[in-house]
Amino acid sequence: MRSLFRTVDRADFRDALALAAAVGVVGASYGTLAAAAGVPPAITLGMSVVVLAGGSQFLVVAVVAAGGSPVAAVLGGLLLNARHLPFGLAMSGIIADRWPGKLLGAHILIDEVVAFSRARGSGERARVAYWTCGALLATFWFLGTLVGMLAGAAVPDPSVFGVDAAFPAALLALVLPALARADARRVGLTAAVLALLATPVLPPGLPVLVGLLGLLVAGRPVREATS
Amino acid sequence: MNWPAVLALAAGTYLLRLTGIVLRDRIAVPARVERYLDLGATALLVALVATAALTDGDGFAGWARPGGVAVGALLAWRRMPFVLVVVLAAATTATLRQLGVP
Repeated sequence: MRSLFRTVDRADFRDALALAAAVGVVGASYGTLAAAAGVPPAITLGMSVVVLAGGSQFLVVAVVAAGGSPVAAVLGGLLLNARHLPFGLAMSGIIADRWPGKLLGAHILIDEVVAFSRARGSGERARVAYWTCGALLATFWFLGTLVGMLAGAAVPDPSVFGVDAAFPAALLALVLPALARADARRVGLTAAVLALLATPVLPPGLPVLVGLLGLLVAGRPVREATS
Repeated sequence: MNWPAVLALAAGTYLLRLTGIVLRDRIAVPARVERYLDLGATALLVALVATAALTDGDGFAGWARPGGVAVGALLAWRRMPFVLVVVLAAATTATLRQLGVP
């Protein structure tokens, strides 16, 4: 693993660090909200280590704050995280060749990490990017949570910094190269429209999965231009 | 929230992550299906972008956030550095909010 990280492209590391910094800010807001909702500190911090999926952690805090049951929180969180299964199908070859790597790499299968790695193809650079980005995001998520819990009310609402715009913008920048292909553009656009239409009527997590129906317009494979 | 619930969420999430990875190894995937897996990841990512940029809960997120994302999109399209995309998208949204845009 050490030799893997020695091959990190410096620009890739810088980009991953930018993403991780934004993750840290959101982690701080998660820590603050959890403390305000009365979630025990060990559980708040523990979730950032063993769950490591921001959306579902925020959902748990919201359910707890609203007086909902832990069962509802777990089911809602799992529904939100269901998209990780198709991501795993697509990323398997990039993450690792052997078991220990696959078992560890599965834990850092995060939306941003998937996009970050895919923007770098499917070779060695994509693999190094996956692990670098995953390790940085997991670390900053943990540290952000810790800061949020300790600083409490002193942490300003992250919407003041516009961090909520940083994530979709970053994901879009990362997925843009893939959209150069006509079939990917068609599928992506349909996925976006369907997910948006589904958002008001379906529980969190499902609208994004509905986006998979965009595959219906995939059509025939685009013949790669050969020169 | 208690520890059994946290561990259930953690185990379930981890299994969702691992299942896709392991399934792919276990099944011989024809090239045609491989293309769908690849396009599927793109579909999910674009759906995430759209919902994260435009919605909050089950309603519209307001104009400040999509405004920032639009600036980020423009910069990304013009092949500006990734760090700039992230920072200026956030800064635009923050500024719009300062100006009272919801």
